[in-house]
Amino acid sequence: MNLGKSTRSEKFQHFETETSAWLRGECLLKAAVSVRMRPDEPPLSSSVAIMLYLAEKFQTPEHWFPADLRLRSRVNEYLSWQHMAIRMHGSKMYWMRVMIPKIMGIDVPKEKMDGALEDLNASLTLIEENFLQDRPFIVGDQMSLADLVAIVEIMQPLGAGLDVFEGRPKLSAWRDRVQASIGKDLFDEAHQVILGAQDAMKQVDPSKLEPFKPKILRLFF
Amino acid sequence: MEIYLDLVSPPCRAVYLFAEALKIPYAFKKVELSAGQQYTEEFGKLSVVRKVPVLKDGSFVLTESTAILQYLVQKCSVADHWFPAELQQRARVDEYLSWQHLNLRSHCSKVFLLRTLYPFVMGSEAPKDKMDAAVEDMKQSLDLLEEKFLQDKPFIVGNKISVADVVAMVEIMQPLGAGVDALDGRPKLTAWRDRVKKELGVKLVDQAHEALLDSSGLQQKMQNNTELQKLKPMFLKYFR
Repeated sequence: MNLGKSTRSEKFQHFETETSAWLRGECLLKAAVSVRMRPDEPPLSSSVAIMLYLAEKFQTPEHWFPADLRLRSRVNEYLSWQHMAIRMHGSKMYWMRVMIPKIMGIDVPKEKMDGALEDLNASLTLIEENFLQDRPFIVGDQMSLADLVAIVEIMQPLGAGLDVFEGRPKLSAWRDRVQASIGKDLFDEAHQVILGAQDAMKQVDPSKLEPFKPKILRLFF
Repeated sequence: MEIYLDLVSPPCRAVYLFAEALKIPYAFKKVELSAGQQYTEEFGKLSVVRKVPVLKDGSFVLTESTAILQYLVQKCSVADHWFPAELQQRARVDEYLSWQHLNLRSHCSKVFLLRTLYPFVMGSEAPKDKMDAAVEDMKQSLDLLEEKFLQDKPFIVGNKISVADVVAMVEIMQPLGAGVDALDGRPKLTAWRDRVKKELGVKLVDQAHEALLDSSGLQQKMQNNTELQKLKPMFLKYFR
Protein backbone atom coordinates (compact mmCIF):
# COMPACT_ATOMS: atom_id res chain seq x y z
CA MET A 1 0.00 0.00 0.00
CA ASN A 2 1.83 3.07 -1.23
CA LEU A 3 0.53 6.08 0.61
CA GLY A 4 1.55 9.24 -1.14
CA LYS A 5 1.97 7.75 -4.57
CA SER A 6 -0.43 8.05 -7.46
CA THR A 7 -2.53 5.14 -8.63
CA ARG A 8 -0.64 2.78 -10.82
CA SER A 9 -1.62 -0.81 -10.40
CA GLU A 10 -4.58 -1.99 -12.45
CA LYS A 11 -5.59 -4.22 -9.57
CA PHE A 12 -6.48 -1.17 -7.52
CA GLN A 13 -8.18 0.81 -10.26
CA HIS A 14 -10.93 1.89 -7.97
CA PHE A 15 -8.54 3.64 -5.64
CA GLU A 16 -8.54 7.36 -5.78
CA THR A 17 -5.37 8.67 -4.33
CA GLU A 18 -4.90 12.26 -3.47
CA THR A 19 -1.15 12.55 -3.32
CA SER A 20 0.15 14.80 -0.66
CA ALA A 21 1.34 17.90 -2.45
CA TRP A 22 3.16 19.47 0.45
CA LEU A 23 6.48 18.83 -1.19
CA ARG A 24 5.39 21.47 -3.68
CA GLY A 25 4.13 23.64 -0.85
CA GLU A 26 0.47 23.09 -1.52
CA CYS A 27 -2.50 21.77 0.41
CA LEU A 28 -2.49 18.47 2.27
CA LEU A 29 0.12 17.29 4.67
CA LYS A 30 -0.86 13.68 4.63
CA ALA A 31 -1.61 11.52 1.66
CA ALA A 32 -5.31 10.79 1.75
CA VAL A 33 -6.32 7.50 0.31
CA SER A 34 -9.92 6.83 -0.38
CA VAL A 35 -11.64 3.82 -1.82
CA ARG A 36 -14.75 4.08 -3.86
CA MET A 37 -16.79 1.00 -3.04
CA ARG A 38 -19.62 1.90 -5.41
CA PRO A 39 -19.80 4.71 -7.99
CA ASP A 40 -22.95 6.17 -6.48
CA GLU A 41 -21.69 6.21 -2.92
CA PRO A 42 -19.27 8.51 -1.16
CA PRO A 43 -15.73 7.16 -0.93
CA LEU A 44 -14.64 5.19 2.13
CA SER A 45 -12.18 7.19 4.16
CA SER A 46 -10.09 6.26 7.18
CA SER A 47 -7.10 4.09 6.49
CA VAL A 48 -8.10 1.56 9.14
CA ALA A 49 -11.55 1.04 7.63
CA ILE A 50 -10.00 0.81 4.18
CA MET A 51 -7.56 -1.89 5.21
CA LEU A 52 -10.29 -3.92 6.89
CA TYR A 53 -12.40 -3.56 3.74
CA LEU A 54 -9.57 -4.68 1.49
CA ALA A 55 -8.68 -7.64 3.71
CA GLU A 56 -12.24 -8.89 3.52
CA LYS A 57 -12.91 -8.06 -0.12
CA PHE A 58 -9.72 -9.61 -1.47
CA GLN A 59 -9.77 -12.49 1.02
CA THR A 60 -6.21 -11.81 2.10
CA PRO A 61 -4.32 -14.43 4.13
CA GLU A 62 -5.98 -14.90 7.48
CA HIS A 63 -3.12 -13.64 9.65
CA TRP A 64 -3.76 -10.04 8.56
CA PHE A 65 -7.08 -10.02 10.40
CA PRO A 66 -7.52 -13.35 12.20
CA ALA A 67 -10.92 -14.96 12.47
CA ASP A 68 -10.23 -16.22 15.99
CA LEU A 69 -12.19 -14.04 18.42
CA ARG A 70 -9.36 -13.28 20.83
CA LEU A 71 -6.71 -12.67 18.19
CA ARG A 72 -9.07 -10.45 16.22
CA SER A 73 -9.86 -8.52 19.39
CA ARG A 74 -6.17 -7.87 19.92
CA VAL A 75 -5.95 -6.37 16.43
CA ASN A 76 -9.05 -4.26 17.06
CA GLU A 77 -7.67 -3.18 20.42
CA TYR A 78 -4.44 -1.93 18.88
CA LEU A 79 -6.15 -0.26 15.92
CA SER A 80 -8.37 1.64 18.37
CA TRP A 81 -5.68 2.59 20.91
CA GLN A 82 -3.21 3.92 18.36
CA HIS A 83 -5.32 6.90 17.19
CA MET A 84 -5.00 8.91 20.39
CA ALA A 85 -1.57 7.58 21.19
CA ILE A 86 1.30 6.77 18.83
CA ARG A 87 -0.42 8.25 15.80
CA MET A 88 -1.06 11.54 17.54
CA HIS A 89 2.31 11.70 19.32
CA GLY A 90 4.37 10.62 16.30
CA SER A 91 2.75 13.12 13.98
CA LYS A 92 3.02 15.87 16.59
CA MET A 93 6.80 15.35 16.56
CA TYR A 94 6.76 15.81 12.83
CA TRP A 95 4.82 19.07 13.08
CA MET A 96 7.01 20.37 15.86
CA ARG A 97 10.37 19.52 14.35
CA VAL A 98 9.75 20.03 10.65
CA MET A 99 6.58 21.91 9.81
CA ILE A 100 6.38 24.54 12.53
CA PRO A 101 9.97 25.82 12.21
CA LYS A 102 9.42 26.01 8.46
CA ILE A 103 6.01 27.67 8.53
CA MET A 104 6.30 29.87 11.62
CA GLY A 105 10.02 30.55 11.30
CA ILE A 106 10.58 29.76 14.98
CA ASP A 107 11.47 26.74 17.05
CA VAL A 108 8.86 25.24 19.33
CA PRO A 109 9.57 26.19 22.97
CA LYS A 110 11.66 23.58 24.76
CA GLU A 111 8.98 22.94 27.36
CA LYS A 112 6.44 21.98 24.72
CA MET A 113 8.95 19.90 22.82
CA ASP A 114 9.94 18.04 25.97
CA GLY A 115 6.29 17.37 26.77
CA ALA A 116 5.66 16.01 23.29
CA LEU A 117 8.75 13.81 23.49
CA GLU A 118 7.60 12.48 26.84
CA ASP A 119 4.23 11.54 25.33
CA LEU A 120 5.90 9.85 22.36
CA ASN A 121 8.14 7.84 24.66
CA ALA A 122 5.20 6.79 26.78
CA SER A 123 3.41 5.50 23.65
CA LEU A 124 6.50 3.63 22.46
CA THR A 125 6.92 2.06 25.89
CA LEU A 126 3.31 0.92 25.89
CA ILE A 127 3.77 -0.62 22.46
CA GLU A 128 6.74 -2.59 23.76
CA GLU A 129 5.34 -3.56 27.14
CA ASN A 130 1.64 -3.93 26.50
CA PHE A 131 1.08 -4.65 22.83
CA LEU A 132 4.23 -6.58 21.89
CA GLN A 133 5.41 -8.01 25.19
CA ASP A 134 7.38 -11.16 24.35
CA ARG A 135 5.64 -11.88 21.08
CA PRO A 136 7.28 -11.57 17.69
CA PHE A 137 4.30 -9.55 16.43
CA ILE A 138 1.46 -7.75 18.17
CA VAL A 139 -0.99 -10.62 17.91
CA GLY A 140 1.44 -13.54 18.01
CA ASP A 141 3.67 -15.38 15.63
CA GLN A 142 2.45 -13.71 12.49
CA MET A 143 2.15 -10.16 11.26
CA SER A 144 -1.31 -8.55 11.23
CA LEU A 145 -2.88 -5.22 10.30
CA ALA A 146 -1.95 -4.03 13.79
CA ASP A 147 1.78 -4.30 13.03
CA LEU A 148 1.30 -2.61 9.67
CA VAL A 149 -0.52 0.35 11.17
CA ALA A 150 1.98 0.49 14.04
CA ILE A 151 5.09 0.54 11.90
CA VAL A 152 4.01 3.41 9.65
CA GLU A 153 3.15 5.60 12.64
CA ILE A 154 6.41 4.77 14.40
CA MET A 155 8.36 5.66 11.26
CA GLN A 156 6.75 9.10 11.16
CA PRO A 157 9.01 10.74 13.78
CA LEU A 158 11.99 9.34 11.87
CA GLY A 159 10.97 11.72 9.14
CA ALA A 160 11.51 14.44 11.69
CA GLY A 161 15.03 13.25 12.39
CA LEU A 162 14.17 11.50 15.62
CA ASP A 163 15.53 7.96 15.94
CA VAL A 164 12.83 6.32 18.00
CA PHE A 165 14.53 2.96 17.71
CA GLU A 166 17.68 4.10 19.50
CA GLY A 167 17.89 2.45 22.89
CA ARG A 168 14.90 0.26 22.10
CA PRO A 169 16.25 -3.12 21.00
CA LYS A 170 12.89 -4.85 21.34
CA LEU A 171 11.21 -2.34 19.05
CA SER A 172 14.12 -2.49 16.60
CA ALA A 173 13.94 -6.27 16.42
CA TRP A 174 10.20 -6.06 15.79
CA ARG A 175 10.75 -3.45 13.08
CA ASP A 176 13.22 -5.78 11.39
CA ARG A 177 10.70 -8.61 11.49
CA VAL A 178 7.98 -6.37 10.05
CA GLN A 179 10.32 -5.14 7.35
CA ALA A 180 11.26 -8.72 6.43
CA SER A 181 7.61 -9.75 6.47
CA ILE A 182 6.50 -6.94 4.17
CA GLY A 183 9.59 -7.18 2.02
CA LYS A 184 12.45 -4.72 2.34
CA ASP A 185 11.97 -3.13 -1.10
CA LEU A 186 8.30 -2.37 -0.57
CA PHE A 187 8.96 -1.18 2.97
CA ASP A 188 11.71 1.18 1.85
CA GLU A 189 9.68 2.44 -1.08
CA ALA A 190 6.70 3.23 1.12
CA HIS A 191 8.88 5.20 3.51
CA GLN A 192 10.88 7.07 0.91
CA VAL A 193 8.74 10.20 1.12
CA ILE A 194 8.67 10.50 4.90
CA LEU A 195 12.36 9.71 5.33
CA GLY A 196 13.26 12.33 2.77
CA ALA A 197 10.90 14.87 4.27
CA GLN A 198 13.38 16.96 6.21
CA ASP A 199 15.56 17.45 3.16
CA ALA A 200 12.62 18.06 0.88
CA MET A 201 11.24 20.65 3.28
CA LYS A 202 14.37 22.71 2.80
CA GLN A 203 13.32 23.29 -0.81
CA VAL A 204 9.80 24.41 0.01
CA ASP A 205 8.86 28.08 -0.10
CA PRO A 206 7.42 28.84 3.36
CA SER A 207 4.99 31.42 2.02
CA LYS A 208 3.09 28.62 0.32
CA LEU A 209 2.38 27.12 3.73
CA GLU A 210 0.76 30.30 5.12
CA PRO A 211 -2.72 28.71 5.27
CA PHE A 212 -1.46 26.39 8.01
CA LYS A 213 -0.57 29.21 10.38
CA PRO A 214 -3.95 29.73 12.09
CA LYS A 215 -4.36 26.00 12.69
CA ILE A 216 -0.85 25.73 14.09
CA LEU A 217 -1.42 28.64 16.43
CA ARG A 218 -4.56 27.05 17.72
CA LEU A 219 -3.18 23.55 18.13
CA PHE A 220 0.33 24.17 19.33
CA PHE A 221 0.52 27.58 20.97
CA MET B 1 -17.28 -11.90 32.39
CA GLU B 2 -16.40 -8.67 34.21
CA ILE B 3 -16.49 -5.19 32.77
CA TYR B 4 -14.70 -2.35 34.54
CA LEU B 5 -16.59 0.89 34.06
CA ASP B 6 -17.06 4.47 35.15
CA LEU B 7 -20.22 5.84 33.56
CA VAL B 8 -18.83 9.37 33.51
CA SER B 9 -16.66 8.11 30.64
CA PRO B 10 -18.39 7.99 27.23
CA PRO B 11 -16.68 4.80 26.01
CA CYS B 12 -17.81 3.11 29.23
CA ARG B 13 -21.37 4.19 28.60
CA ALA B 14 -21.25 2.78 25.08
CA VAL B 15 -20.20 -0.65 26.36
CA TYR B 16 -22.62 -0.49 29.30
CA LEU B 17 -25.59 0.48 27.13
CA PHE B 18 -24.83 -2.23 24.60
CA ALA B 19 -24.39 -4.97 27.22
CA GLU B 20 -27.51 -3.91 29.13
CA ALA B 21 -29.74 -3.38 26.08
CA LEU B 22 -28.83 -6.79 24.73
CA LYS B 23 -29.06 -8.40 28.16
CA ILE B 24 -25.55 -9.75 28.01
CA PRO B 25 -24.62 -11.27 31.37
CA TYR B 26 -21.63 -9.59 33.02
CA ALA B 27 -20.46 -8.27 36.38
CA PHE B 28 -20.29 -4.45 36.60
CA LYS B 29 -17.03 -3.46 38.27
CA LYS B 30 -17.05 0.19 39.22
CA VAL B 31 -13.93 2.26 38.71
CA GLU B 32 -14.08 5.78 40.14
CA LEU B 33 -12.03 7.95 37.77
CA SER B 34 -12.60 11.12 39.78
CA ALA B 35 -11.00 9.34 42.72
CA GLY B 36 -8.05 8.27 40.58
CA GLN B 37 -8.78 4.57 40.94
CA GLN B 38 -7.29 3.82 37.55
CA TYR B 39 -3.91 4.72 39.04
CA THR B 40 -3.97 2.17 41.84
CA GLU B 41 -1.53 -0.72 41.86
CA GLU B 42 -4.45 -3.13 41.70
CA PHE B 43 -5.85 -1.59 38.55
CA GLY B 44 -2.39 -1.51 37.03
CA LYS B 45 -2.26 -5.30 37.37
CA LEU B 46 -5.44 -5.52 35.32
CA SER B 47 -4.23 -3.14 32.62
CA VAL B 48 -1.04 -1.10 32.37
CA VAL B 49 -2.80 1.31 30.01
CA ARG B 50 -4.84 2.43 33.02
CA LYS B 51 -7.98 3.37 31.16
CA VAL B 52 -11.60 2.28 31.18
CA PRO B 53 -13.51 0.36 30.00
CA VAL B 54 -11.76 -2.97 30.50
CA LEU B 55 -13.33 -6.36 29.82
CA LYS B 56 -12.14 -9.48 31.64
CA ASP B 57 -13.46 -12.79 30.33
CA GLY B 58 -11.71 -15.53 32.28
CA SER B 59 -8.03 -14.80 31.78
CA PHE B 60 -8.66 -12.72 28.66
CA VAL B 61 -8.35 -8.98 29.32
CA LEU B 62 -9.41 -6.56 26.61
CA THR B 63 -9.26 -2.74 26.51
CA GLU B 64 -10.65 -0.16 24.05
CA SER B 65 -14.43 0.22 23.91
CA THR B 66 -14.71 -0.35 20.16
CA ALA B 67 -12.75 -3.61 20.47
CA ILE B 68 -14.88 -4.65 23.45
CA LEU B 69 -18.09 -3.92 21.54
CA GLN B 70 -16.91 -6.05 18.63
CA TYR B 71 -15.90 -8.82 21.00
CA LEU B 72 -19.36 -8.82 22.58
CA VAL B 73 -20.99 -8.78 19.15
CA GLN B 74 -19.05 -11.83 18.04
CA LYS B 75 -19.22 -13.74 21.31
CA CYS B 76 -22.89 -13.16 22.02
CA SER B 77 -24.23 -13.61 18.49
CA VAL B 78 -26.32 -10.45 18.47
CA ALA B 79 -28.62 -9.30 15.66
CA ASP B 80 -26.71 -8.54 12.48
CA HIS B 81 -27.57 -4.84 12.28
CA TRP B 82 -25.40 -4.00 15.31
CA PHE B 83 -22.29 -4.84 13.28
CA PRO B 84 -23.42 -5.89 9.82
CA ALA B 85 -21.74 -8.81 8.09
CA GLU B 86 -22.31 -7.22 4.67
CA LEU B 87 -18.97 -5.82 3.56
CA GLN B 88 -19.92 -2.26 2.70
CA GLN B 89 -22.20 -1.70 5.64
CA ARG B 90 -19.49 -3.11 7.93
CA ALA B 91 -17.02 -0.72 6.29
CA ARG B 92 -19.26 2.24 7.14
CA VAL B 93 -19.30 1.21 10.79
CA ASP B 94 -15.51 0.75 10.79
CA GLU B 95 -15.13 4.11 9.12
CA TYR B 96 -17.14 5.86 11.80
CA LEU B 97 -15.47 4.03 14.70
CA SER B 98 -12.08 4.99 13.32
CA TRP B 99 -12.86 8.65 12.54
CA GLN B 100 -14.51 9.44 15.84
CA HIS B 101 -11.42 9.04 18.07
CA LEU B 102 -9.65 12.20 16.98
CA ASN B 103 -12.76 14.07 16.00
CA LEU B 104 -16.12 13.90 17.73
CA ARG B 105 -14.77 12.03 20.77
CA SER B 106 -11.77 14.24 21.22
CA HIS B 107 -13.68 17.48 20.77
CA CYS B 108 -16.67 16.65 22.97
CA SER B 109 -14.32 15.39 25.67
CA LYS B 110 -12.30 18.57 25.59
CA VAL B 111 -15.39 20.74 26.19
CA PHE B 112 -16.29 18.53 29.15
CA LEU B 113 -12.76 18.43 30.60
CA LEU B 114 -12.25 22.18 30.26
CA ARG B 115 -15.25 22.71 32.48
CA THR B 116 -14.68 19.91 35.00
CA LEU B 117 -10.98 19.00 35.13
CA TYR B 118 -9.35 22.30 34.22
CA PRO B 119 -10.39 24.12 37.42
CA PHE B 120 -9.09 21.23 39.50
CA VAL B 121 -5.73 21.13 37.77
CA MET B 122 -5.14 24.80 37.01
CA GLY B 123 -6.88 26.33 40.01
CA SER B 124 -9.11 28.61 37.94
CA GLU B 125 -11.87 28.51 35.34
CA ALA B 126 -10.79 27.74 31.80
CA PRO B 127 -10.14 30.93 29.80
CA LYS B 128 -12.99 31.90 27.51
CA ASP B 129 -10.89 31.69 24.35
CA LYS B 130 -9.89 28.11 25.11
CA MET B 131 -13.49 27.11 25.68
CA ASP B 132 -14.63 28.95 22.56
CA ALA B 133 -12.01 27.15 20.47
CA ALA B 134 -13.06 23.79 21.92
CA VAL B 135 -16.72 24.48 21.19
CA GLU B 136 -15.82 25.53 17.65
CA ASP B 137 -13.96 22.25 17.05
CA MET B 138 -16.90 20.37 18.49
CA LYS B 139 -19.25 22.16 16.08
CA GLN B 140 -17.14 21.11 13.12
CA SER B 141 -17.23 17.48 14.23
CA LEU B 142 -20.98 17.66 14.74
CA ASP B 143 -21.36 19.12 11.24
CA LEU B 144 -19.41 16.15 9.88
CA LEU B 145 -21.49 13.69 11.91
CA GLU B 146 -24.60 15.22 10.40
CA GLU B 147 -23.45 15.82 6.84
CA LYS B 148 -21.05 12.98 6.19
CA PHE B 149 -22.05 10.10 8.44
CA LEU B 150 -25.76 10.50 9.06
CA GLN B 151 -27.01 12.45 6.03
CA ASP B 152 -30.69 11.63 5.50
CA LYS B 153 -30.59 8.18 7.02
CA PRO B 154 -32.28 7.26 10.29
CA PHE B 155 -29.03 5.79 11.60
CA ILE B 156 -25.38 6.01 10.56
CA VAL B 157 -25.38 2.84 8.47
CA GLY B 158 -28.96 3.04 7.24
CA ASN B 159 -32.34 1.99 8.54
CA LYS B 160 -31.13 0.19 11.61
CA ILE B 161 -29.06 1.08 14.64
CA SER B 162 -25.47 -0.18 14.85
CA VAL B 163 -22.64 0.14 17.37
CA ALA B 164 -21.57 3.28 15.49
CA ASP B 165 -24.72 5.09 16.65
CA VAL B 166 -24.19 4.00 20.27
CA VAL B 167 -20.58 5.18 20.24
CA ALA B 168 -21.59 8.50 18.64
CA MET B 169 -24.51 9.17 20.95
CA VAL B 170 -22.61 8.83 24.20
CA GLU B 171 -20.00 11.30 22.95
CA ILE B 172 -22.51 13.99 21.99
CA MET B 173 -23.99 13.69 25.47
CA GLN B 174 -20.65 14.36 27.17
CA PRO B 175 -20.66 18.19 26.93
CA LEU B 176 -23.90 18.13 28.97
CA GLY B 177 -21.67 17.32 31.93
CA ALA B 178 -20.21 20.76 31.33
CA GLY B 179 -23.63 22.39 30.93
CA VAL B 180 -23.20 22.59 27.15
CA ASP B 181 -25.95 21.18 24.94
CA ALA B 182 -24.12 20.10 21.80
CA LEU B 183 -27.41 19.46 20.02
CA ASP B 184 -28.87 22.91 20.62
CA GLY B 185 -30.20 24.16 17.29
CA ARG B 186 -29.63 20.82 15.59
CA PRO B 187 -33.04 19.21 15.02
CA LYS B 188 -31.70 16.49 12.73
CA LEU B 189 -29.17 15.25 15.28
CA THR B 190 -31.68 15.62 18.10
CA ALA B 191 -34.13 13.40 16.21
CA TRP B 192 -31.35 10.87 15.59
CA ARG B 193 -30.32 10.93 19.27
CA ASP B 194 -33.90 10.29 20.28
CA ARG B 195 -34.13 7.36 17.87
CA VAL B 196 -30.97 5.87 19.35
CA LYS B 197 -32.33 6.32 22.87
CA LYS B 198 -35.54 4.61 21.89
CA GLU B 199 -33.71 1.61 20.40
CA LEU B 200 -31.60 1.16 23.51
CA GLY B 201 -34.33 2.04 25.97
CA VAL B 202 -34.97 5.61 27.08
CA LYS B 203 -34.90 4.79 30.79
CA LEU B 204 -31.66 2.86 30.41
CA VAL B 205 -29.97 5.71 28.56
CA ASP B 206 -31.16 8.28 31.10
CA GLN B 207 -29.94 6.14 33.98
CA ALA B 208 -26.58 5.62 32.27
CA HIS B 209 -26.10 9.40 32.08
CA GLU B 210 -26.99 10.21 35.68
CA ALA B 211 -23.38 10.22 36.92
CA LEU B 212 -22.30 12.50 34.08
CA LEU B 213 -24.97 15.06 34.90
CA ASP B 214 -23.94 15.24 38.56
CA SER B 215 -21.02 17.55 37.82
CA SER B 216 -20.88 19.20 41.23
CA GLY B 217 -20.59 15.77 42.78
CA LEU B 218 -17.63 15.14 40.46
CA GLN B 219 -15.87 18.32 41.49
CA GLN B 220 -16.34 17.47 45.14
CA LYS B 221 -14.89 13.98 44.72
CA MET B 222 -11.84 15.32 42.94
CA GLN B 223 -11.15 17.98 45.56
CA ASN B 224 -11.47 15.47 48.37
CA ASN B 225 -9.14 12.97 46.91
CA THR B 226 -5.51 13.28 48.01
CA GLU B 227 -4.28 10.66 45.56
CA LEU B 228 -5.73 12.61 42.66
CA GLN B 229 -4.06 15.77 43.92
CA LYS B 230 -0.70 14.03 43.42
CA LEU B 231 -1.55 13.44 39.78
CA LYS B 232 -2.13 17.12 38.96
CA PRO B 233 1.23 17.56 37.20
CA MET B 234 0.26 14.79 34.82
CA PHE B 235 -2.92 16.55 33.78
CA LEU B 236 -1.17 19.89 33.42
CA LYS B 237 0.26 18.94 30.05
CA TYR B 238 -3.19 18.44 28.56
CA PHE B 239 -4.22 21.98 29.39
CA ARG B 240 -1.00 23.94 28.78
